Amino acid sequence: MTQVSMTVNGKAVSGDVEGRTLLVDFLRGGLHLTGTHVGCDTSQCGACVVHVNGIAVKSCTMFASEAAGAEVRTIEGMANKDGSLSVIQAAFQEHHGLQCGFCTPGMVMSAAALLKENPKPTEHEVRAYLEGNICRCTGYHNIVKAIMAASGQDVAAIAAE
Amino acid sequence: MPKDHGIGASSKRREDVRFLTGKGNYTADITLYGQTYAAFARSNVAHAKIKSIDTSAAEAMPGVLAVFTGADFADVGGNPAGWLIQSRNGETMKEPKRPVLAHGEVCHVGDAYAAVIAETVAQARNAVEALVVDFEELPAVVDMADAVADNSKRARTELTDNICFDWGWIEDNRAAVDAAFASAPHVTTLELVNNRLVPNAMEPRASIGVYDASTEDYKLYTTSQNPHLTRLLVAAFVMGIPEHKLNVIAPDVGGGFGSKIYHYGEEALVLAAAKRIGRPVKWVADRTESFLSDAHGRDHVTKIQLACEKDGTFLAVRTETLANVGAYLSNFSTATPTFLHGTLMAGPYKTPLVYVNVKAVFTNTAPVDAYRGAGRPEATYSLERVIDMAARELNLDPWEVRRKNLITTDMFPYTTPVALQYDTGNYQATLDKLIELSDKAGFEARAAESAKRGKMRGLGLSTWIEACGIAPSALVGALGARVGLFDAATVRVNPTGNISVMVGAHSHGQGHETVFAQVVSSMLGIPEANIDIVHGDTAKIPFGMGSYGSRSLAVCGTAMTKAVDKIIAKGKKIAAHMLEASEGDIEFADGKFSVAGTDKAKTFGEIAFSAYVPHNYPLETLEPGLEETAFYDPANFTYPAGAYSCEVEVDPDTGKVEIMAFTCADDFGNVMNPMIVNGQVHGGVAQGIGQALLENTSYDGNGQLVTASYMDYAMPRADDLPNYTVDHSCNTPCTHNPLGVKGCGEAGAIGSPPAVVNAVIDALARAGKPVKHIDMPLSPARVWAAMNA
Amino acid sequence: MYAFEIERPSTIGDAASALGHDGAQALGGGQTLIPTLKQRLAAPEKLISLTAIPEMQGVCIGDAGEVCIGGATTHATVARETAKSYPALSGLASHIGDPAVRNRGTIGGSLANNDPSACYPAAALGSGATIVTNTRKIAADDYFQGMFTTALEPGEIITEVRFPVPQKANYQKFVQPASRFALVGVFVAKYADGVRVAVTGASEDGVFRWDAAEAALSRDFSAAAIEGLTASATNLISDLHGTPAYRAHLIKVLTKRAVMAAA
Repeated sequence: MTQVSMTVNGKAVSGDVEGRTLLVDFLRGGLHLTGTHVGCDTSQCGACVVHVNGIAVKSCTMFASEAAGAEVRTIEGMANKDGSLSVIQAAFQEHHGLQCGFCTPGMVMSAAALLKENPKPTEHEVRAYLEGNICRCTGYHNIVKAIMAASGQDVAAIAAE
Repeated sequence: MPKDHGIGASSKRREDVRFLTGKGNYTADITLYGQTYAAFARSNVAHAKIKSIDTSAAEAMPGVLAVFTGADFADVGGNPAGWLIQSRNGETMKEPKRPVLAHGEVCHVGDAYAAVIAETVAQARNAVEALVVDFEELPAVVDMADAVADNSKRARTELTDNICFDWGWIEDNRAAVDAAFASAPHVTTLELVNNRLVPNAMEPRASIGVYDASTEDYKLYTTSQNPHLTRLLVAAFVMGIPEHKLNVIAPDVGGGFGSKIYHYGEEALVLAAAKRIGRPVKWVADRTESFLSDAHGRDHVTKIQLACEKDGTFLAVRTETLANVGAYLSNFSTATPTFLHGTLMAGPYKTPLVYVNVKAVFTNTAPVDAYRGAGRPEATYSLERVIDMAARELNLDPWEVRRKNLITTDMFPYTTPVALQYDTGNYQATLDKLIELSDKAGFEARAAESAKRGKMRGLGLSTWIEACGIAPSALVGALGARVGLFDAATVRVNPTGNISVMVGAHSHGQGHETVFAQVVSSMLGIPEANIDIVHGDTAKIPFGMGSYGSRSLAVCGTAMTKAVDKIIAKGKKIAAHMLEASEGDIEFADGKFSVAGTDKAKTFGEIAFSAYVPHNYPLETLEPGLEETAFYDPANFTYPAGAYSCEVEVDPDTGKVEIMAFTCADDFGNVMNPMIVNGQVHGGVAQGIGQALLENTSYDGNGQLVTASYMDYAMPRADDLPNYTVDHSCNTPCTHNPLGVKGCGEAGAIGSPPAVVNAVIDALARAGKPVKHIDMPLSPARVWAAMNA
Repeated sequence: MYAFEIERPSTIGDAASALGHDGAQALGGGQTLIPTLKQRLAAPEKLISLTAIPEMQGVCIGDAGEVCIGGATTHATVARETAKSYPALSGLASHIGDPAVRNRGTIGGSLANNDPSACYPAAALGSGATIVTNTRKIAADDYFQGMFTTALEPGEIITEVRFPVPQKANYQKFVQPASRFALVGVFVAKYADGVRVAVTGASEDGVFRWDAAEAALSRDFSAAAIEGLTASATNLISDLHGTPAYRAHLIKVLTKRAVMAAA
């Protein structure tokens, strides 16, 4: 066991980890931030996406010790300061971009990373960016629409929710 | 103006806030004091006799608290099939035991034969590796045709052959159907595979068992679509725990699609382990474990024949199907290929004669059970493919062939030759709507434009029907069901006038917390925000049957409206007393009880308060309190129907299929929340496109699952799928439930696969590459091979 | 996963000496290794992370104009920083895995693993790149030695990869629909002294050069030049997602597409 320290959602945290402790296990087990989910073993489903130093990573495919000293942001840190839903979160609700909610944290984190890189993505760009986030419920239509709407674009042309 | 609240409004989902902020509460998120962890030893061979299991080294490993093998459960019951099917010869199906842990014999790769409980997951897994098992390998039965042809290899040693049952529907019609084929002017024959799918809810299965020695109470947190059914199975069939001493909680559940209907051995194991070690025991599947041990879906091999006139008028349909049930009978595995499949083989058509034969086959593979649509996608795919093929053979327009044969509105109620009675519908209307929304008229121009870019464009359709809200209990009981198929709801009006509604349905993505509140809000005239929907906890809710088969609103929603009706009726009695009027003069509207023709009225809140503070209350004739429960057992199935089209481009160089448009014209009866209904259709269509183009579950000849992770099982991703056009304006309300609802959860997965395949076949035909059929999934490699054969 | 320790050295020298111990294994971005560890298919005693070594990070232009990429540079960084200097390489890097994977996965990790379906081996072989390690320089033609097999000695670290920049180049990937790795990927690069064509995803022997196409394209850099050729299906991969014949067909289709996109 070694101690690891990092900043998670603006708060300094530390805890004991093994070499094999994944970042997602540290977040869920160590910090009880259970919004970050695990949906596969092969780094494909994206339910575990968080931001490390501002970039999207799969927290199931990174060791906790590799995030030592990093700024980590999870779904629990995505709402506005007053607790209200952020623009992206609100767009997911407005456009019914989630059903069971399990993939949703990773979707929101990926969406935020995309809009930071590319503030006005095309529909094609949104779909391409979501290559590493699997949703089994929505068929993606409303997720794509929500992200487009969150970017401030008119989504009326993409059929009703 | 769209409605902004209540029935028919696209109310935003209240459950979204917790999911969007990371506050969902899924089983894996729950940590209990003193929690321990279970890991399972799973067979790495398809079939073997367990000669011995040496647990001593594992028991000595660090952190290990207990080791279980099949021997520990030899004296308890087995996990039963929920439906007993009678074979054509009158014999009852074979039902070999399904124990908590394999005992004496492992029957598929992934079959759990031991479990270790330890302080950490890693310790439990290390100890699993230290178990020494001596397997004597037995021949594996993998391919269904082999399983039927060769009795010398059997999937279970206790069987005499691999056929679970040989079912005919309806056997009495068989001779007439055969005669019609013998004299038919045209017969089209198609052999096809309905590919095995893995449901792949994004949340893997998980369970936590808890035992309180002081009260002898058990608690099970589990990823279930129907906690009461799980409780009943664990209590009455498997473990013998008194039902009242077991509380099953299905908290937030991350998708189910059928795979979480069933009781699995892991649930019984964590309960038994919690009792033995006196601490909570948690198990969370990883994805590969899910692939190996979740109930799979579909897996039919079918020969379908359509007899028709030269003008395309259908005369008779005949099918022979081999349906894989895997190595064990999962709870609904025998109902799915029979009463959810054979009964739908008339489709929305006037076909006068239909005969269905299904042989269910045991193999050394994971159990196969209901997956979104459950039997109805298999029926629809067979029928809609053979109709397309017949139209091509007869040089007829497949759209018009369907129109010619659709049941017309003047024929309802319509009794099919496979024993269903369709209560209502308008299949011409949805077909017309599809023609309009898909811009069929503009297709030729689009195809020409595609051709300029070197692509082959095609258009395909399906006109489908399904049966939802499976019922009535008396009928299904006569047909072999071991459970009732009612549902229940309790409406508890609190003294301050807000409401808790406890429902037997379970929401794992469907949005019941929002939609059910909309219905109650409309009925009682109080704000949606004052109504909470409680589900998923057997200690809180009345005995209900959970959610599957698109039944939640049609069955549980009806129970809920009946409970609300009782609330209103009681409220009228209280109001009559308070307003000094006769009960018959009390009217209820917009949240007020008023005396007809006067301005005397009491608000709903005043009546609720009076019921709990009964100072001025007819206590001699009426109990205080305002809480009502209703159970509802439907009179019939509901029959959603619709017409779907798919437009594709095929790359002639690579065989890759791209979906250019997907259009749905649905009749779901009355729609409570259009936004949520559209979302359900989107998701269903995505799964159907996944089946048609991407998803394939492959076992090799030795019974090893080749597609046991997302590296080889192709899940549909955002860039595989199109936007969907969804319409449900052609509504014919269901005639036998008060909301007039039919169900929308499975439609997309039922109607879409044949539309996709028909579109690809159309594209190839138009490009001068006539291909009769390609089995799903239409991967680039398969399409390329077919067009270059 | 089995238990192990992780070290994060900050110099190549420290990393090399750490890797000299028995049971030590290099950890790049971990995008392949970590899933492998989860399946308990490897049991290292110690992982030596190579991602905290500044001298192994980043992209620069070498004295001969070649694009030099530090061994621990992520796919995302390569995609971004070679967009002008080597667009075909940038395009390839920007389609490996998915965005989150590209933010962690490294070029050195990919080349050291030499997955038969990975993209980078096609770029390295197709560009005639030089694999620079802590002990030597290895020509790409000598480096790739079969599926998951390379010229690397135990403990040897890829510190840099040097890509000569071609006049024209393009990479075409046809994805395996589940993993999104290359079912077949073809990298075509036209240099002053000839054309190189490297194929990934297709062969049981890992990445290889399609000699006949190179000869034809060196004479005439056009899709028409390879019209008459047929890629051999011998020794190509046969799996759920494609037969050898299909893969052989795709090699030609993708080569033509790469030539057209490059030209």
